[in-house]
Amino acid sequence: MSEPLVELRQLHKSFGDNHVLRGIDLSVAKGEVLCIIGPSGSGKSTLLRCVNLLEHPTGGQVFVAGVELTHRDCDIDKARRATGMVFQQFNLFSHLSVRDNVTISLRKVLKMKRAEANARADILLDRVGLGDKASAYPAQLSGGQQQRVAIARALAMEPSVMLFDEATSALDPELVGDVLGVMRELAEEGMTMLVVTHEMGFARNVADRVIFMDGGVIVEEGKPSQVINEPREERTKKFLANVLEN
Amino acid sequence: MNMSRRQRLQLVRGGIYALTIAALALLIISVDWGALGGALFKWDVVKKQFPDILTSALRNTIIFTIFGFIGGLSLGLLLAIMRLSKSKPYRWFAATYIEILRGVPLLVTLLILGFGIPIATGWSWPNPYLQGAVPLALVAGAYIAETVRAGIEAVPRGQMEAARSLGMSYTRAMVTVIIPQAFRIIVPPLTNEFVLLIKDTSLISVLGVTERTLDLARFGRNGVNDSANATPLVVAGLVYLALTIPLTQLAAWMERRSKVGRR
Ligand SMILES: Nc1ncnc2c1ncn2[C@@H]1O[C@H](COP(=O)(O)OP(=O)(O)OP(=O)(O)O)[C@@H](O)[C@H]1O
Ligand SMILES: [Mg+2]
Repeated sequence: MSEPLVELRQLHKSFGDNHVLRGIDLSVAKGEVLCIIGPSGSGKSTLLRCVNLLEHPTGGQVFVAGVELTHRDCDIDKARRATGMVFQQFNLFSHLSVRDNVTISLRKVLKMKRAEANARADILLDRVGLGDKASAYPAQLSGGQQQRVAIARALAMEPSVMLFDEATSALDPELVGDVLGVMRELAEEGMTMLVVTHEMGFARNVADRVIFMDGGVIVEEGKPSQVINEPREERTKKFLANVLEN
Repeated sequence: MNMSRRQRLQLVRGGIYALTIAALALLIISVDWGALGGALFKWDVVKKQFPDILTSALRNTIIFTIFGFIGGLSLGLLLAIMRLSKSKPYRWFAATYIEILRGVPLLVTLLILGFGIPIATGWSWPNPYLQGAVPLALVAGAYIAETVRAGIEAVPRGQMEAARSLGMSYTRAMVTVIIPQAFRIIVPPLTNEFVLLIKDTSLISVLGVTERTLDLARFGRNGVNDSANATPLVVAGLVYLALTIPLTQLAAWMERRSKVGRR
């Protein structure tokens, strides 16, 4: 097997006295889609945010595409280009048009010419089904459209891993499908993805592997059919019973 | 007497109105309006103020204001960023600067920087405009810093995180993402700062200005000396209002609009 694209070794994270991640070991292979499920407060977001060092781990190591982000000589700004992140609240830049949201990092970080960046943005916007919204501003879009722009924005830097933190949780139910559709296409094209989600259908159908987290540790992991349909651990069973009920 | 609480309140309120009207009426009949009008707004004195009040005094007031504002805004931005920095010395420096310059009356700061420092050091201001405008900018910077800081803090945290996740450095994210959005938020309060600055320029004349750098307030005061009549000051006041009222109205309108937009 080739070297994993994302590797976490004995990852710990505390906020003051609150020990949120308690020794996480995890490898994600190239092209793998990993779904992370678990109850609120179990540390899913924190785990994801440690992968691109939006949170600094208090212990352990993070490797992405062969680079150790936790190394003290690591150029974090550069290393982050290997990851793209999609947030629950979209976090589009409200003062920029849709096209500029997608091109801003290309122009300001990679120093790409505007014309070249625009060309790349237009391809990406077409891909998420928003080619006709390039000159709109985020406030003029629905939540589902905003989230698809956010995905295009993250893809612009051509990351090798995409991180999704409850990308559909803030959306009206009828808009969830469009966003999940884009994510599914991305998965089918071979993108490596770490997806925190409450969408069990997506996890079951798209994920290669599911991990269930609780209390800052990985309680159970395996194929989606196994973890979701035949959980071994009591905590997993209880969580799934709750989620599937609603 | 059988009155409800409400009736009693109405009676009291009616009484207050009646007394106020009576007092006003007394004032109106007892004042010699002709004499007062002649002292405060005498037409031939009014006419004598023009065009100099516009071509010279208003021009100088605007020069002082704009210099003070641009200087204050640049300094304020720098101080706000220092105040939010991770580095303790920067934070401490900015906080101290802001506290001191906001805590001392502008008049005192003007006198210290405009007079005190030259007397103490033997150095003199190269230009009479700078002598007034630099202290004004240094004080404005302290006030504007707090406005800018509030604006930066009002930008949702997720904006910085999204920018960083795209590979931008902290500085790059500040410049391209956070500050432009902060400025949209603070345009109304900044407009109000600008209005305050227009009025504050009236203090600069304590530094003893030359004929060339007379501002509106000093122009009015000199006019009073020349004409033995208060009209020039009233005219100067009206010119201030012509500047300030449109700006405060604009700020209020922008504020209302941004509230509607956010809903
Ligand atoms: N910036 C922070 N400062 C302090 N505590 C934090 C911070 N971020 C997260 N926490 C704490 O860490 C714990 C785990 O939070 P996290 O957001 O990772 O959970 P989660 O599994 O993503 O939950 P949810 O499903 O509600 O999003 C919580 O107790 C939370 O209060
Ligand atoms: Mg979360």
